[in-house]
Amino acid sequence: MNVSYTSREQIEVHRFSLPAAILIPLLALFLQAFLPLRLHFFEIFDLPLLVTIFLSVSRRNPVTGLLTGSIIGLLQDSLTHQPIGIYGIAKTVVGYGASSLGVKLDVENSGSRFLLVYGFYIVHQIIYLVVARGMVGQDLAWRWGHMAFAGLANAALAVPLFLILDRFKQRG
Amino acid sequence: MENLLTRHRNVTILVAVLFVEVVGLAVQVKRTADTDSTRLIRVWTVSAVTPFEKAFAAAQGSISGAWHNYFALRGVRAQNQKLQDEIEQLRLQQVRLAEDAGQARRLQRLLGFKEQFIARTLPAQVIGSSGSDMSRVVYIDKGEGDGVMQDMAVITADGVVGKILRVFAATSQVLLINDPSSGVGALLEKSRLQGVIKGTANGELVLEKMMSDERVQPGDQLQTSGGDQIFPKGLPIGTVKSVSPGRDVFLKITVKPAAQLNQLEEVLVITQVVERQPTAKEAQTSMRAADILAARLPSVPENTGIPATGVPLPVGVKPPGAKPTETKSAAKAITKSPARETIGLPGSTSAPAETHLAGEASKLPAGKPDAAVTSAPGVLPAAGAVGASAGSATRVKKPRPAKPVAGPAAQVNTGTTTQKPPEMPQPAVTGAGVAAPAPKAVGPEQKKAPVGTEQNPPNVPQAENPQP
Repeated sequence: MNVSYTSREQIEVHRFSLPAAILIPLLALFLQAFLPLRLHFFEIFDLPLLVTIFLSVSRRNPVTGLLTGSIIGLLQDSLTHQPIGIYGIAKTVVGYGASSLGVKLDVENSGSRFLLVYGFYIVHQIIYLVVARGMVGQDLAWRWGHMAFAGLANAALAVPLFLILDRFKQRG
Repeated sequence: MENLLTRHRNVTILVAVLFVEVVGLAVQVKRTADTDSTRLIRVWTVSAVTPFEKAFAAAQGSISGAWHNYFALRGVRAQNQKLQDEIEQLRLQQVRLAEDAGQARRLQRLLGFKEQFIARTLPAQVIGSSGSDMSRVVYIDKGEGDGVMQDMAVITADGVVGKILRVFAATSQVLLINDPSSGVGALLEKSRLQGVIKGTANGELVLEKMMSDERVQPGDQLQTSGGDQIFPKGLPIGTVKSVSPGRDVFLKITVKPAAQLNQLEEVLVITQVVERQPTAKEAQTSMRAADILAARLPSVPENTGIPATGVPLPVGVKPPGAKPTETKSAAKAITKSPARETIGLPGSTSAPAETHLAGEASKLPAGKPDAAVTSAPGVLPAAGAVGASAGSATRVKKPRPAKPVAGPAAQVNTGTTTQKPPEMPQPAVTGAGVAAPAPKAVGPEQKKAPVGTEQNPPNVPQAENPQP
């Protein structure tokens, strides 16, 4: 029997206050745009993706999750010079998947969070590359090594970050 | 059907949202770049994010400024002495280089070459980035209200940075040259071979369109060719890092950028470029973009003695909204002109224009060293210029005899004197504050008005001299 599997009745659904639901993604976008200028290594992280995964998993509602991912992704797109929608599509799928998985799995402990973020980071990057190459025609190379390393870095960052964001949860 | 949609409500909504996003993306890809259909959402996001970025950038600037200006000044005295020695050496070198440059400009003019001159620049601070390694853009704190427009070039003291891609009310988006969608016309400094600098997904620079039989070596310097109609010719791009055979008939050349693209803080937006023939007067007063930057960027130490080339501000370079500090820099540039400081140097092959003044000024009665300058018609009473003239005149113990006619310096000299009536045997001051005499020996040449003086285009903007 899988110990991490929980029944629907045992799942604890969380909510977030309106200011937290708006400011957390905006803060993630701001930090993502500001910090790489000063700390170049920060470019490897994807804070909006981590926030999307956290909010989607905590709410455990696929529709809310995909809408959260869609909005955050579109906002992230609008800071780039590329057509709007590449990040939007990738994060929509991630938001839907994270919230769907949150319904079935216990994602409250650090180990499962690490694996969850690592997996969704890879999924996110693959979707991004497929859309960017297939639809937009960008000449992006598959950098598997870089992707694997970046996934590990993001997963490592997600563990302490989610512990901080847990403080903003409200029982639904 | 309705029952099916209700049962699979989540998946249906997911498909619907993805469909809308894909259609929206396809529409953007299909449309040309001129019709920016997503401008509204970009404006909203930029308006929401950039105020915080500006505030944080300002706070960080204050903290780092306090650190650099007060706490990190240990060892400055020794460094200053070392730099002073270095400046003396560079001044000697500068005189020879100025002569060569002047000769080259005169030849260019004879051949009818037209050059692009940076006429106006706008300093800006980098406040944010895209936050994605797939999109190498940065945001600066100057926008439409400051006169920034699309496709303007952005540079630093080190070299080319990128171009303005989108302009918002108070901010602008700059596409860096290491983005894969970027492209810069490039020229190898030694071999004069032309190619295209492109970015890669890794954020590196590569030089494309270089045939495999060409000789390109690591360490070769690259500069802009001007062929892209965005970057003026001659701006440094970077250095060739490695050369290897490519897939086709082209070489695979990686380039190390001259500008620190990962650590951008302040940049200059080139808001106006003029294209014209270089005048003979500019043979001595030309200035590179790096020199303008060195005088204007706050991160560059202001009191270095002389600018990078040590020459006065060029004719035609007029900083927008000139502030007192800029005027001060210009005054410094004028007063610290190397040509002045090296009057009577034995190493110079031909006498600079100031040499004549030195000879004349040294004949002035003691106590009135600047009389020759202030009494001339059209004199710009810049305190620094006068003081420097006096100082340089008193420094010369054995003024060289004037060589009025021979040599390129004489042409420049007589060129400046044609601005006043030729029969007045008084020394004159040029527009750039450089004192030039009208010695008796050059009388006949003044009447001749040699090539390179009369044909100055009337629309050439004159250098702004600092007013007392």
